[in-house]
Amino acid sequence: MSETNKLTVSASPHIKGFSTVTGIMLDVIIALIPAAFAGVAVFGVKAALVIAVCIISCVAFEALSRKIMKRHSTVGDLSAVVTGLLLAFNLPVDIPLWMCVAGSAVAIVVVKQFFGGIGQNFANPALTARIVLLVSFAGAMTSFSQPSSAAVDAVAGATPLAHLSALDLDGNITLQLKQLIADGELPSLLHMFFGVRQGCIGEVCSVALILGAVYLVARGVIKLSIPVFYIGSVAVFMLIVSGFNIYYTAYEILGGGLLLGAFFMATDYTTSPINKKGKIVFGIGCGLLTCIIRLYCSVPEGVSYSILLMNIACPLIEKITAPGYFGFTKEKKVKKEKAV
Amino acid sequence: MAKVKYNYCKELTKGILKENPVLRLVLGTCPALATSTSVVNAIGMGIATTMVLICSNIVISALRKVIPSKARIPSYIVIIASFVTIVQMLIKAFVPALDESLGVFLPLIVVNCIILGRAEAFASKNPVLVSAVDGLGMGIGFTAALSCMGFVRELLGGGTLLSGTDTLLSAFVDLGSFRGLDFNTALESIGLSPMTIFILPAGGFFVFGILMAVVNKISEKKGLKRAVLSGCEGCPLASGCSKLKEDDAQ
Repeated sequence: MSETNKLTVSASPHIKGFSTVTGIMLDVIIALIPAAFAGVAVFGVKAALVIAVCIISCVAFEALSRKIMKRHSTVGDLSAVVTGLLLAFNLPVDIPLWMCVAGSAVAIVVVKQFFGGIGQNFANPALTARIVLLVSFAGAMTSFSQPSSAAVDAVAGATPLAHLSALDLDGNITLQLKQLIADGELPSLLHMFFGVRQGCIGEVCSVALILGAVYLVARGVIKLSIPVFYIGSVAVFMLIVSGFNIYYTAYEILGGGLLLGAFFMATDYTTSPINKKGKIVFGIGCGLLTCIIRLYCSVPEGVSYSILLMNIACPLIEKITAPGYFGFTKEKKVKKEKAV
Repeated sequence: MAKVKYNYCKELTKGILKENPVLRLVLGTCPALATSTSVVNAIGMGIATTMVLICSNIVISALRKVIPSKARIPSYIVIIASFVTIVQMLIKAFVPALDESLGVFLPLIVVNCIILGRAEAFASKNPVLVSAVDGLGMGIGFTAALSCMGFVRELLGGGTLLSGTDTLLSAFVDLGSFRGLDFNTALESIGLSPMTIFILPAGGFFVFGILMAVVNKISEKKGLKRAVLSGCEGCPLASGCSKLKEDDAQ
């Protein structure tokens, strides 16, 4: 209390905000629930198990590390639940459960608590954990089974994005896509939209993710600038690359974890810029990196890497885009007078 | 001038925790990260560096009154480089497998800043014997830090421990059929597998940072200052820094 006594408080009335960390986290959890249900519906009960293990282990690691570090407990703010949920969304359904626990340990202990807990981490915990797992267990992290509702049950195969990256962009793209769909290799756009495809648990069902995103925007939890500029720049880049093929671009946007990343990961308060200009730079940067990684690198998916890279660049973006003081204008460069 | 009494024991032990070159002074980070992928590599690198460190400290300390201060850095480098060449030739002759696994990091000991740092900060100002002891202490500290990192990284990243011990020691002692411990089959039987990231540089940074935090915690308990990483205070060369001397003179 001695700290607060030092502050001068002006006379009432005071304007008070009603948003709390717990409230915001609860909103995010509510927004993620449709995608969680969709994941369970698409991949079966095993997906629910992965989600449960991730959430429980994240909360346990949060409680444990706070206790060991002798800090006050922050389990109650639900941020660990959100991290666990997002981590589970980024994992394939067939992942061994102990890997989920290892990922939770990386996310909560290494990325979050070592840097001081909620609000102090410089990178998105769930994404970093995903990348650590991806590098460590490449096999388990990239074997995606078919959705259980598909005709062929539980056969590992390539994700839509892997098919897309194998396309010959100089040829007739629409024809190639139609051929892949006819062969049963690529799900149709409608299936992509409703989540009947291979992929990670949370990323498959685009409609559920969009539903959650609409809720978050309506509640004022996230601003639209990052997702819009992120997805928009991906769309523009893909349109240009494919010679303005809308069909192909739609696959690129619905495929992989772009929607999940753009709405729920890139908008993380701690690791994204504060002001609007910064958010736009952040979104476009994420979009360009995602496209470059998807098209020109050896890995088919680049959302997690691009968001992580932009997380690291975030302090620089903040510095560049910091608004000037109110009432001040930039000093104009004084032109050197020519020596007579 | 009164003869300074040196506490040899203190000079030896300071390198292990108080002034650990890797974990407290944050020197030699590059070889520390690159060669700590296994305990055997770490120990091999540690021994090679320690040998160079002791020899170069002795020679530089013996020549400290002969070397002109303006040409000291090149002179140190020449001395260090000669010892690195000797050590490299010895390793190539007796433990060729270690030479192969350390690769370019063996000749790169020349530019290892621990060695140059000790030459500049200690050997150039102190007599021969105490410089040799300082070199030994720092070398032990370097080896210990590398071995700790190697232990964690090898165990978590490769599922082995002390693998390749035979390559390091076969020239000197008969180990029988000991090839290091391999837990991979045991891990597989319970469905686990090692986390490859710990062998990679990224995992090296994780282990390095966590180890540094642990050492900081221990030294805090012992009442030592936290390692300072910025400004002149954090610079191991501060005592011999020409810029600072100029500032003092003014």
